[in-house]
Amino acid sequence: MGYCPNTPDDIRQMLEVIGASSVEELFAPIPAGLRAKSFDLPPGMSELELMRLMREKAASSGADITPFIGGGIYDHFIPAAVDHLASRAEFYTAYTPYQPECSQGTLQALYEYQSTICRLTGMEASNASLYDGGTAVAEAALMSLRITGRHKVLLDASVNPLHREIVNEYLHGLSAQAVEVAPQGCASDLKRLMDSIDDQTAAVIVQTPNCFGSVQDFRELANKAHEHDALLIVSCYPIALGLVASPGEMGADIAVGDGQSLGNHLSFGGPYFGFIATRKRFIRNLPGRIVGETIDHQGRRGYVLTLQAREQHIKRHKATSNICSNQSLCALRGLIFCAALGQKGFGELAALNYDKAQYAKTVLTSIKGVELLNSGATFNEFTLILPRDAAEVVQQLLDKGVAAGLPLGGYYPGMERALVVTVTEKRTKEEIDRLAVLLEEVLWS
Amino acid sequence: MTKFFTKEHEWVEVVGEQATVGISEHAAHELGDITYVELPKIGKSVKQFDTLAAIESVKAASDIYAPLSGKVAEVNDALDEAPELVNQGAEAQGWICKLEGVDSAELSALMNAAAYAEYLKGL
Repeated sequence: MGYCPNTPDDIRQMLEVIGASSVEELFAPIPAGLRAKSFDLPPGMSELELMRLMREKAASSGADITPFIGGGIYDHFIPAAVDHLASRAEFYTAYTPYQPECSQGTLQALYEYQSTICRLTGMEASNASLYDGGTAVAEAALMSLRITGRHKVLLDASVNPLHREIVNEYLHGLSAQAVEVAPQGCASDLKRLMDSIDDQTAAVIVQTPNCFGSVQDFRELANKAHEHDALLIVSCYPIALGLVASPGEMGADIAVGDGQSLGNHLSFGGPYFGFIATRKRFIRNLPGRIVGETIDHQGRRGYVLTLQAREQHIKRHKATSNICSNQSLCALRGLIFCAALGQKGFGELAALNYDKAQYAKTVLTSIKGVELLNSGATFNEFTLILPRDAAEVVQQLLDKGVAAGLPLGGYYPGMERALVVTVTEKRTKEEIDRLAVLLEEVLWS
Repeated sequence: MTKFFTKEHEWVEVVGEQATVGISEHAAHELGDITYVELPKIGKSVKQFDTLAAIESVKAASDIYAPLSGKVAEVNDALDEAPELVNQGAEAQGWICKLEGVDSAELSALMNAAAYAEYLKGL
């Protein structure tokens, strides 16, 4: 059975219009190394054969690697209630909640999600979610340009490098500029950031814990930004908020982050969701959907999409952003996760992460030649300096069944020996001890 | 004092070099309940017929254009808390902003009240 719906005649006609003589010629501009090696797929399998194959693959040695990798996406425990409730058909079938008369369940869930994000981040208004953490940071940057009418943001280079790339990409087409400020060691260079704020600065973008795992307080930075009518954007890791000061407490104007750690599986990179929350006075500049609570003509409580005049289907090219959707199901998982844990459980989860990471820090830094780079507080991630190339060490440890961390050399030239190690609540003492034994073995025997 | 009107339904009233700007009673009626007025920033310079501000109602979001060239000297802050003032008196307490440094020669491109009333009949 062919999977390509185009007949040879269709293909010939299309090539003729384009002016290419063959499909090969059409794809010629793509470098050979990046092109598919072959489309010669094996013949189809029966369901039974396929199940057997997948079971074999699931049981292979690569599938039970113990992950100590974070860097923005984290391996957290997901209570069974999350999968169960989020899989209910009522949520799956209600795609776009335009019509309050037939989508009260979805709308109420998103309203509760927004309330939860506000409580976590210490902010006053949240939208119904964005695509992921990176686009959330970029949307926050765009929001600051709209609010201030300025064209420059200061971007702390200890913000996740992938997120910075997205910010630069988004600003590129808007004749706006992101000025990166290098960190000092593992921490934001607060003095340089503060000295760099001027009356052309729309916002300062920072992250805590940052990509080295360092936790920082940005209260002073917030004050300095506000003196210049600039905004402070804080990207945060929601699980850490169970323990550290929220962006709202630090005086941030916009809080963003990746919501994956709230009840979403790693799933080889997505889908996840991003969150964005702000002060009430900036609510009209929030991108995307917002659900509001209201009453109907009989005085009953109900939920509707609100402040829609900001959006594309009404304001066209003058809309606040081109986001006209959200990540409902992933955001719903985030909500159920938070509800299942409760405020106390959330705090306990954060404490577990911190404690286990502190233990790992102690064990790993007792290995000869392994040093801790972070000088201040960390949460569940920290940066080690190894005696040799971290990427090589990680590769050797992978062969032994452990993903030891994220090597930073690819993102920070000169930091080839730096390794970011992440320890979530899922890592046991035995796993941490094993990592230490294997690391010592790889380094010294 | 005399009001002049644009084809886009703004009004302007000039006193010396300062002009008060708003949207017409007709525009306010057509828009329905006004929910938000995006006021311009003080100090913003505009040319005649440039986008000056924006207004949202339960039905639509529309731009407000500058009836004259000038610089925003004052905005009607009361609209932040009470956008319904535009519905209550679009040509009075519902004014949007004041422009300074205007040139009354530009008024020749606008309509007086009688001409605007005539213009509305033709819509």
